Amino acid sequence: MSGFDFLATRFETALGWGRKFSLFHYPFITACCGMEYMSTACAHFDIDRFGAGLTRFSPRQADLLLVVGTISHKLAPVLRTVYDQMLEPKWVIAFGACTVSGGIYQNYAVVQGIDRVIPVDVYIPGCPPRPEMVLDGLLKLQDKIQHQKQDWRWARKP
Amino acid sequence: MGQETLIDALRTQLGPALEGIADSFGDVVLLLRAESVRPALAALREAPFDYAMLLDLTCVDFAASEGRYELVYHLYSLSRNVRLRLKASVPAGHPSIATLVGLWKNAEWLEREVFDMFGVRFDGHPYLRRLLTYEGFEGHPLRKSYPWRLEQPRIPLKDDV
Amino acid sequence: MEPLTRIQQQARPESMLLNMGPSHPAMHGTIRVMLELDAEKILNAEVEVGYLHRGFEKTCENKSYFNLLIYTDRLNYVSPLINNLGYCMTVEKMFGAQVPERAQLIRVLMSELSRISDHLTCLAAMAMESGAFTVFLYMMKAREYLWDTIEFTTGARMTTSYIRIGGVRTDLHADWRASLAMAVRETRKVLKDVSGLLDKNSIFVGRTRGVGIISREDALSYGWTGPGLRSTGIPYDVRKAHPYLLYDRLNFEVPVGEAGDNYDRYIVRMREMEQSLRILEQVAALIPDSAPLGPGPAVEPEEALRRSRTARAMEPVRLSPNLEGSEKARLAGLTCQEPPLAVPAKEETYTSMEGLISHFLFFMAGKGIRPPKGEAYFSVEGGNGELGFYIVSDGSDKPYRLHLRAPCFHLVAALEQLIKGRLIADVIPTFGSMNMIGGELDR
Repeated sequence: MSGFDFLATRFETALGWGRKFSLFHYPFITACCGMEYMSTACAHFDIDRFGAGLTRFSPRQADLLLVVGTISHKLAPVLRTVYDQMLEPKWVIAFGACTVSGGIYQNYAVVQGIDRVIPVDVYIPGCPPRPEMVLDGLLKLQDKIQHQKQDWRWARKP
Repeated sequence: MGQETLIDALRTQLGPALEGIADSFGDVVLLLRAESVRPALAALREAPFDYAMLLDLTCVDFAASEGRYELVYHLYSLSRNVRLRLKASVPAGHPSIATLVGLWKNAEWLEREVFDMFGVRFDGHPYLRRLLTYEGFEGHPLRKSYPWRLEQPRIPLKDDV
Repeated sequence: MEPLTRIQQQARPESMLLNMGPSHPAMHGTIRVMLELDAEKILNAEVEVGYLHRGFEKTCENKSYFNLLIYTDRLNYVSPLINNLGYCMTVEKMFGAQVPERAQLIRVLMSELSRISDHLTCLAAMAMESGAFTVFLYMMKAREYLWDTIEFTTGARMTTSYIRIGGVRTDLHADWRASLAMAVRETRKVLKDVSGLLDKNSIFVGRTRGVGIISREDALSYGWTGPGLRSTGIPYDVRKAHPYLLYDRLNFEVPVGEAGDNYDRYIVRMREMEQSLRILEQVAALIPDSAPLGPGPAVEPEEALRRSRTARAMEPVRLSPNLEGSEKARLAGLTCQEPPLAVPAKEETYTSMEGLISHFLFFMAGKGIRPPKGEAYFSVEGGNGELGFYIVSDGSDKPYRLHLRAPCFHLVAALEQLIKGRLIADVIPTFGSMNMIGGELDR
């Protein structure tokens, strides 16, 4: 069914292109990385030129959860709730060393990496990461979104 | 008033409540009895001492070595521009002391934090609830007996069985 | 099931309970404000903090004095160098150490750069949450220039760990005067623009004037310090009251407000930034140009190592560019030599046995920086007020207890009182004007 496959891949490309250049992010900001997030979003290192500039302040309207800063055990259920409130398709970026692995904090209060709580797509290390690194991570996510495949089993004849 | 007159005036004011006066790297430290902390600080807040601000209220854990928790109060007098440190010890088996709520408004949160971190109870506190950790957290983290890396997750984490 | 909070217990049946936060765009990170509402009017409020509690004080009991410096950066993360400073000066107080003058001047420079970026961030966030997005972008632009200056010297934009116990890490970078002058110029331009946009703006004034008023007695009772206290009219500034570093030689004013409302806190911060710029210019004039070390008879590292096998290295060794500014020739001007509180010079470490041993003795567990037994409290003027460190030392290389007197802890303790009786929309500028920094509040 090469005709159908051709259309399917073209459709996936178009869908990926559309999704990756119109990311609405929800910045779940807690700590110091928030300062670098603010720098990334502002004029010098504009995140808007990659299409991801629009900040949605409700998880129901966002498709990218940008977890910025340390997540403590007190906050983990809130993070889980916010993630669950987002609609598919959704992606998660772990911004900063504390979200990647707990960072410099390994003690009773800090979750050692948010991938213990929610699934993560892109990890951006750094304490805090430079805005260029954040943009690099965003580009990697856009790459990933571009190459996501759809489930075409419903269309294929058995 | 100069340092000497201040110390004499404090000695006269506090009387038997004062257990000792120490000097620590240039700062004057008063050691008080735990029962007299509230009346002593109430007196220090008024003229002529005029310590209008409670800068800090914290605790040090000497439970293992000396069997006590040491509460440390930092006061500041705006009009005379001097700081003062007061310390009082409570026994480790039964750590409780009178609250300062009513004298200074930030005492409420400061004492909640000390309760949360050390387990020292403040008698008369209107709302002694954990401040920095969460309900369901067992133990008091800043005690020396609490293991540094003992995590108590609120929700099941991925790699935990 | 968690026990009910106070607001839940006291709530009237006909009112509505609304939860703001902890993940909320205007909550600066992580604070939860629970409101009991009658339409838009707030009847009762309760603030829950601790969502960024990272166990700083417990961690400090398990790290050596040198290692825990990185944790102090992340306390008040918008003015990280001031936290470094406060911690280092507390440890130096315990040693009774004198820091050389050049290092003190550099410390003042870095403190003021941090203070300006703290106020810029605070006002930018407050303005953005009130709707003035342009102000946010302008102030972030100015902050980038300041951070560039910090980065060229320290290597990092934010969490620098630059101010070390005994001095500073390295000397200022080669053309620091130019980058500092540009930062000052751009910040002045931005402050002028923002002043024009907000000072007499009826929307901003309407949202901030007469809102979040605190009386002098209440401010003192809550232990407010810094711009919050100065907005009520009390001119308490640690730099003037208990001068540290070289602040008693510098010429600057302490701006005060009158009413103790949000507008006054905004004005006090704007004026303080201008004063900090004045301090920067004075300090830049005071710092002498350091003599360039020049190419000179510098020996390449491999050659120096080879020679050091038979004789002690006498000529200066060309170090890696990463270590530029911290050469032995500069070290005496940048760090306290007696007692030796700083990392020994790399030329010695790499070329002589004694140097290597002294390097190891600095870093080994159980050795290194060990203050005498006792306790000390020292405070500096942070972006929010009196930032104090209380360290109890038992003579070993790790602190027995390290406590941070966080200025915004006391500021946020007053939030419940400030918003009671007001509308929900008043919570935003009130909370914004307090400059709550989660790292400092929750430690």
